[in-house]
Amino acid sequence: MKLIIAYIAPFKLDEVRDALKETGVTGLSAGNVQGFGRQAGHTETYRGAEYDVDMVPKVRIEVLVDDSLAPAVISTIETTARTGSIGDGKIAVLPVEDVIRIRTGERGRDAV
Amino acid sequence: MEVNGADTSWILISSALVLFMTPGLALFYGGMVRAKNMLAMLMMNYVAMGVVTILWVAVAASLAFSGNEVSGLVGNLGLVGLRGVGLGNEIFKYSIPDSLFLGFQMMFAIITPALIAGAVAERMKFSAWVAFIAIWSVIVYAPMAHWVWGGGFIATQVKAVDFAGGLVVHINAGAAALALVFVLGPRIGWGHSVIRPHNLPLTILGAGMLWFGWFGFNAGSALGANGLAAQAFMTTHIAAAVAATAWIVAESLAGGKPTTLGFVSGAVAGLVAITPAAGFVSFMGAIIIGIAAGVICFMALRLKTTFKFDDSLDVIAVHLVGGILGALLLGVLADPAVNAAATGGMAQLTSQAISVVIAFVYSFVLSYVIAKVLDMLMGIRASETDEREGLDIALHEEQAYQMAE
Repeated sequence: MKLIIAYIAPFKLDEVRDALKETGVTGLSAGNVQGFGRQAGHTETYRGAEYDVDMVPKVRIEVLVDDSLAPAVISTIETTARTGSIGDGKIAVLPVEDVIRIRTGERGRDAV
Repeated sequence: MEVNGADTSWILISSALVLFMTPGLALFYGGMVRAKNMLAMLMMNYVAMGVVTILWVAVAASLAFSGNEVSGLVGNLGLVGLRGVGLGNEIFKYSIPDSLFLGFQMMFAIITPALIAGAVAERMKFSAWVAFIAIWSVIVYAPMAHWVWGGGFIATQVKAVDFAGGLVVHINAGAAALALVFVLGPRIGWGHSVIRPHNLPLTILGAGMLWFGWFGFNAGSALGANGLAAQAFMTTHIAAAVAATAWIVAESLAGGKPTTLGFVSGAVAGLVAITPAAGFVSFMGAIIIGIAAGVICFMALRLKTTFKFDDSLDVIAVHLVGGILGALLLGVLADPAVNAAATGGMAQLTSQAISVVIAFVYSFVLSYVIAKVLDMLMGIRASETDEREGLDIALHEEQAYQMAE
């Protein structure tokens, strides 16, 4: 089993979610995060005072999948979230020791 | 003059409108602070509704509006506890009940110290704030209201006019804000870290509430349901609209984008500047005041970076500068066809200028002394730990926004 964590541009969330559903993913989590990478920040102006804001908003999605599905999920995120410009984000893939469905107590692949 | 139903109705409504400005101001300011200080900011405004009301009833109303002692310097204690203020108009002889006149004035006494809160945001101790506004209401606000509206020396000897509170409210609060900022010092990180507004939609909503309530503030200051009230209503709206537009034009010409915060700041600046003049100028006069307020208050934002004082939410640029602009422009633009009480011209301008200096110096000096004494007695600034953690949790044991649920 793999936990796939992707940091993507916020406006790509809907597209990525829809594409992942088609690959057979049965669930994911997403949240708003702020961070910095190679992408430069932006300027905000409040009553004439300019601030350089170097933390940019991203969406972090987490998908828990069986090993067999992992390559399809990774390539789907990669192709769907890509615009080609800086700030498209990153994907990390982590091995998962165990998964437990809290309601039923199922473990491992059955719980994914 | 008999008590008149129409006038009484309008001033009842106006009083409620003026009170509504304080929650509006709380949101206007609250949206501009960081999330960790949201409740503390709201509370600094709301607590004025509690504390100032108590002091107004107890003693401040009497000092402002009862009699005339020491050659027009202060009222007497004849109305302490609102003793003898009844259903009729025997005391003040306006066409509204005496209780209503003092009630309408009370709402001004509440919002004036609340205006100061914007300058001291995110670092002043709540206990010290309560002590400050309590003392300030009695020894700064009440005498100033007496001088201008209670038959005191600014009205009778200086012969300056102030329709709805350029001197008494805005210059008074702005000068006190400047004094407090000097005693408090800047917020931790001011000038180098990013200290941004946390919720501009609330600020914009608050500004809308202020604009709405200001009709009671200015048109209610006609103290009747009449042509003068309608004139003040219109000049108020025109100045706000023009100043809001002028501010975003100025922003754009200065090389920036037209911002939402700029638009509402301009509206408030216009409302401030028209306040002393609302019942004295023509509609053309209101347009001129609006342009001046939008452009000059925008330029005045630089004062705090040039002179290095942390006026957190620009009370000085908007209220002090806006109030001075309105009080002086009124001297030039007053139109006797609108209101015979002010003629415009050199003599009027001189009187207005003298009254501005008196109001500024009195409020600044007394506010500085009150703040210094309180600082020695109890400390007026929150501890560094409390300031970093946020005043909501540190001073009120509450949070404005929870992570979940």
